[in-house]
Amino acid sequence: MFTAFDNFPALLIWLPLIGGLLSFLLKKEGMARIVSMASSLLSVVVVVASMIYAKPEHALLNQVSYAWLHGLGSSFSFLLDELTKTLCLLTAIVFPIVLLVVKKNQYKNEHIFFGLLMLTQCGLMGVFMAADALVFYFFWELALIPVYFLSSIWGGEKRIKATFKFFIYTFIGSLLLLIGILYMYLQTEDQSFSIVSFYRLQLTAQQQFGLFFLFFSAFAIKMPIVPFHTWQPEAYEQAPTPVTMVLSGVMVKMGVFGVIRWLLPLFPLAVKEFNGPIILLISVGMIYASLIAIKQDSLKRLIAYSSIAHIGLMAAGVFALKDIAMQGVILQMFNHGINIVALWVVADMIEKQTGVCKISELGGIATKAPVLSVFFVVAAMANIALPLTNAFVGEFMIFNGLFNYNPWIAALAGISIILSAIYTLNMIKNVLYGSTNSVTEGFTDASTTQIIVFSILVSFILTIGIYPEPLLNVIKTASSIPLFPFK
Amino acid sequence: MNKFVFLIPVLPLVGFLINGLGRNILSRALVSIVGCGTLIASFLLSLLVFREAAAPGFVPMVINYFDFIHAGGLDIKFSFQVDQLSSLFLLIITGIGSLIHIYSSSYMHEETVPHFARYFAYLNLFIFSMLMLILGANFVIMFIGWEGVGLCSYLLIGYWFKNNDYNNAAKKAFVMNRIGDLGFLLAIFWMLSQFGTVSYLELFPQVSSASLYTITCITLLLFVGAMGKSAQIPLYTWLPDAMAGPTPVSALIHAATMVTAGIYMIARSNVMYSMAPHTQDVITIIGMATALLAATIALKQNDIKKVLAYSTVSQLGLMFVALGVGAYTAGVFHVMTHAFFKALLFLGAGSVIHAMHHEQDLTKMGGLRKYLPITHITFLIGTLAISGIPPFAGFFSKDEILTAALQKNPIYYVLGVVTSLMTAFYMFRLYFLTFSGTFRGTDHQAKHLHESPVAMTMPLIVLALLSIVGGFVGVPSVFAENAHLLSNFLNPVLGSVHSTSHEVVHLSHSTELMLMGVLVFLILIMIFFASRKFASYQPSEKEESTISKFLANKWYVDELYEALIIKPIGHVASFFNKVVDTKVIDGFVNGVGKSVQYSARQLRLLQSGQVGSYVLIMVISLILLFIFQFFWKH
Amino acid sequence: MPINYYIFLSIALFTIGIVGVLTRRNAIIIFMCIELMLNAVNVLLVAFSKMHHVAAYALDASTTVGTEAQLFVFFIMVVAAAEVTVGLAIIVMLYRNIHSVDINFLNRLKH
Repeated sequence: MFTAFDNFPALLIWLPLIGGLLSFLLKKEGMARIVSMASSLLSVVVVVASMIYAKPEHALLNQVSYAWLHGLGSSFSFLLDELTKTLCLLTAIVFPIVLLVVKKNQYKNEHIFFGLLMLTQCGLMGVFMAADALVFYFFWELALIPVYFLSSIWGGEKRIKATFKFFIYTFIGSLLLLIGILYMYLQTEDQSFSIVSFYRLQLTAQQQFGLFFLFFSAFAIKMPIVPFHTWQPEAYEQAPTPVTMVLSGVMVKMGVFGVIRWLLPLFPLAVKEFNGPIILLISVGMIYASLIAIKQDSLKRLIAYSSIAHIGLMAAGVFALKDIAMQGVILQMFNHGINIVALWVVADMIEKQTGVCKISELGGIATKAPVLSVFFVVAAMANIALPLTNAFVGEFMIFNGLFNYNPWIAALAGISIILSAIYTLNMIKNVLYGSTNSVTEGFTDASTTQIIVFSILVSFILTIGIYPEPLLNVIKTASSIPLFPFK
Repeated sequence: MNKFVFLIPVLPLVGFLINGLGRNILSRALVSIVGCGTLIASFLLSLLVFREAAAPGFVPMVINYFDFIHAGGLDIKFSFQVDQLSSLFLLIITGIGSLIHIYSSSYMHEETVPHFARYFAYLNLFIFSMLMLILGANFVIMFIGWEGVGLCSYLLIGYWFKNNDYNNAAKKAFVMNRIGDLGFLLAIFWMLSQFGTVSYLELFPQVSSASLYTITCITLLLFVGAMGKSAQIPLYTWLPDAMAGPTPVSALIHAATMVTAGIYMIARSNVMYSMAPHTQDVITIIGMATALLAATIALKQNDIKKVLAYSTVSQLGLMFVALGVGAYTAGVFHVMTHAFFKALLFLGAGSVIHAMHHEQDLTKMGGLRKYLPITHITFLIGTLAISGIPPFAGFFSKDEILTAALQKNPIYYVLGVVTSLMTAFYMFRLYFLTFSGTFRGTDHQAKHLHESPVAMTMPLIVLALLSIVGGFVGVPSVFAENAHLLSNFLNPVLGSVHSTSHEVVHLSHSTELMLMGVLVFLILIMIFFASRKFASYQPSEKEESTISKFLANKWYVDELYEALIIKPIGHVASFFNKVVDTKVIDGFVNGVGKSVQYSARQLRLLQSGQVGSYVLIMVISLILLFIFQFFWKH
Repeated sequence: MPINYYIFLSIALFTIGIVGVLTRRNAIIIFMCIELMLNAVNVLLVAFSKMHHVAAYALDASTTVGTEAQLFVFFIMVVAAAEVTVGLAIIVMLYRNIHSVDINFLNRLKH
């Protein structure tokens, strides 16, 4: 049994799973928090260790495969490569931060809450590392279901409607994905779900077109790109903040990841056929989402629409099929995870203290809470990709790739840069500046825990913004496999 | 020497960190010492760098620090370039920056210590960004500084963040800059895809191989960036609003340094611009139009800082004219002299505002000569300098621009002269309204009128001296052969520019002297008019003419933008938000759900609950099945 | 006797059963009709069993062909007996609850 744990992918799957199951059992006050914190911190250690020790050539450290549904040709197998490492690092980092943020929050049945949270982490890790289509699907759903329960039990007022919509929406996508996977499975020569057999498959253009849309709809809904996005603002608004952080920080990257890992290598003919219209759709969608963000009065909905625009840029970057853009996207997935969690931290603090998240009702917080304000400004500047913040590097690379694909598309997508400045600065102005009112009169500044969270996030934002080289080195090779069919 | 070049920007950054993080711990004196000290130190370093760059046999050097973005065929290094142009700008920025820091330590004394520290932190961060912009050895590093100064400008305009008008002004500045930045960014991508590099030393030698179309597009896009940063039509309206910031900030950022970044950028890429005649024409026309438009608006403004702001826009326009006609040295020369006298004027205005208890309305001033002697003298020097009276600094630089414009096209020259005359008129209007006549403010203000402390007058005196002698580094060849020190100094960077100006009309020295004399005479007439009208000004109830109302309202450009751009975008956004997103897209999504629910409700009626009916349906179905199977077989 | 007679008898019984189930509202009558249908099948099974067995016996005296059907009949009778027990119990409970054995009152699942 011990041999099952001696490599990195196995550890990353089992750690959160065991942490989660243990949390379910520990009903004593506070124990579940400690267990989940411990397991998520261990995950960080494991991921970092994997980035240092597990070089691509160490196959034994990077792959694991358990016999599972042998008769079906599916095995429980995982693979840790450069692309996966970046996303696992993000997943591993986000969870301790989320747990730190909710340190003071009280939840009913908190052992279930934290257990579900850890199961989500397990699902996310599984999605990113799966080297078998059925396992990928399995974890795709495993990541979704705990989130459904978390939101519908601990969410806001309209949680039932919002989470139901979220669930049905993503579930439709998942089922289409499943149909696609089963079709592919039936086409394989050795009747296997393994990613290698899928990659080997030679499909006709006609087959690829159909399958492309089955897979793409699942990923497009998850990201989400306009017009599949309406579940997102509601879900973000109604889900409890830690869940929103996980959703927006990590989960939406599942869609982008799916495109990179599955869509591009499997259906190159279809991608070449459709990438033009898709990029155009996404670019228009980015402007659309940014314009809507300008009109939002709810802090949470504003961040949600801003996220749609930013994720859109990543999706466009993927479909540009350029090395530089692909690496930028992988970097930007990590950056966006950090930045949006930072914004949620602020939104959560403000909502917790004042009880409102309507931008028009806030104001003057800078007078009362300078530390929070500085952090908010840094996070907002990272959100609009100011140079020397992490997002600049990622978006610079993406835009560069987009420009090489088509200058006009780059210019069109670039308009969202201007619009993002408008809504972000509006948000800052109305929340932080101006004079205090009855809502913000008694606002107090960040506590020590929160300052720790801030420092962690800001150090990520600035370090990657100033010296992105270490992370870029990790993802340097990650673009070659997905783009191989297009070379 | 290159070992400590990195210290020049890093020192202000350290100052920023100390003041920013220690804002609650440090005392006021310590904040000033850190803020000014770090900057003075980097000024001294800049002097060393400048001395080296001025030495004969100097070759431009590039210092690489680390790989900034090295991925997928992209190799952008974090590196600084020291050459004549950057060392000159280093001196201007750190020198004037130091003076303004010292001035600020006194000007901002009313602020509480944490805010005082915040102010200095922002100011140091600005200097850091500006130095990045200047020192960067490629366009990406320049862009880092470019957006960095935009951020600092935003933070400093909105420094008094309780006032929402100021916040709006700050936002406007940032957004308008962002529009320009998009152009800059696209130009960078274009250069990357065309030449594979954005490093100056690697890029410029390759430029000649590119097509005219490419070069024209790249240079135009870069110029869009410059329009935003240097406040040219159509992106100039943020600069007058930016006067919401503290006055030293206006002096430093919105007059002397940041707004000249566009000129620096174009001068830096002069190799490309010289190859793109169409772009040069665009720059000249836009620069000229901006210069004229801003000058007319400045004639009718009553806010002391607004006059200076429009005057800045106008002078920036003249600098772009210089760049457009290929006289890069003249442009840079005017940047330098303008930095001296405009900083001086703004700081003088700050001193007046300080004495007047934050009163900025010219109609409520007057007769301040008695109370503010030093401010008065220095302000007068600044006014003479900007008006172009010899031998003050502005005369030489402006004359060089006008001469270059004349060589290109007499129309530019005439328009330039008109701008200069208006400049002289509105600047002396400002001067007379402020300093001569009788005091028109309240008694309370009159009682407290006082000259500013040494920390504020000392920078004024230094800048006044610079405004007097600053022009002599560029003495035209009319007076003395080969006496244009600046031109000789900048020649290695800007020298190769005379290639395209093949239609140059060479002026004889006598014509040039005559034109100069006529211009100075006309300017003196303008000053005379101004003194007649405003030296003993008393507010009157006279109805304003249509034209002056039009000018006082800034040609209604803000209203035009509001109606043509901002409102429509707002309507479109509202339409998307209220109709498309909620009704169409979400309506469709919810509609699918609702139709499922509806059909379920209808189908439910089939379930009567009567056992008999179920059995009946079962039997009928069975019979149908049998019949079906029976006929299917045959 | 020709096999047809058995088939006609069985069909007649089965049809009576179906019609009874469909038309009557009294649960006990319906119940009886179901029994009738079961027994119609039984009759048919026994008849066919006999027919096949006689045919096979003529060729080979030791054959057991056709006897399986009679086993089924016993199964059906056992199941019917079990059904009667449960069914009658339900009907008794029904009567206790609503004081009627009319199936038209059994529509509470609708609501």
